[in-house]
Amino acid sequence: MRINLTSVFVDDQEKALRFYTDVLGFVKKHDVPMGGEDRWLTVVSPQDPDGTELLLEPSGHPAAKPFKEALVADGIPFTSFAVDDVDAEYERLRGLGVRFTQEPVDMGPVTTAVLDDTCGNLIQIAHHAG
Amino acid sequence: MQVEGAAARTWMNLDMQVSTCLTCSSVGDIFKALADPTRRTILDELTERNGQTLFEICARLSTKHGIGSSRQATSQHLDVLEDAGLVETRREGRYKFHYIDTGPLEPIVERWLTRPGGHVGGRSGTSADSDGTEGPT
Repeated sequence: MRINLTSVFVDDQEKALRFYTDVLGFVKKHDVPMGGEDRWLTVVSPQDPDGTELLLEPSGHPAAKPFKEALVADGIPFTSFAVDDVDAEYERLRGLGVRFTQEPVDMGPVTTAVLDDTCGNLIQIAHHAG
Repeated sequence: MQVEGAAARTWMNLDMQVSTCLTCSSVGDIFKALADPTRRTILDELTERNGQTLFEICARLSTKHGIGSSRQATSQHLDVLEDAGLVETRREGRYKFHYIDTGPLEPIVERWLTRPGGHVGGRSGTSADSDGTEGPT
């Protein structure tokens, strides 16, 4: 068994696709109509195109909205992505207008920062020391 | 932790109802808030960076200080600090940030450390120790 897919609930799939590709730098892998406006929409890292896919999942279920809002209010990221250098990525993304709720913090073994994905989620970026 | 936090809040609410005019009661709240090492650590971390989410405070406590308080317990610590006026929360859009407020500490400084005429009693006072005859050698 292996993990080949993970997902985030996004308010707007098209807006999410632009943010996760144009801003974060992922590339689109699958885009399949699912009936109505919903799509099976996944992105992957260009560094690992055959790796784990991130599903940009519609957050139409009524439970999704209060759940996401409660996490965001407390600054809790929904998931975390690995980067080589959190400080460099922070500067790059801030230059693109990305809003951070946590600037980079050196927490010993790990350095983290938390950003807003503009689709109702906070996302952590992290690198391990050494 | 949870019982202590709830009890402290109830006690402080009583204080406020019974003696709103006495500044000593609010100072008492401050000492109660500062009596807990985790709460002091929270203030240390807010001093390093002011304006943090609950998530960032929890992460700093666990990774930098090895304090394994639950999110609920940390939230209650923050409530105690906020009730004492030492922490202020501000909503910015959909996020909530916590800020340190050292204003309530000023009466303490004025009460014991800052005296009229600048004279400070005891060994720590520079003028009192200037002749060098006091204190153990």
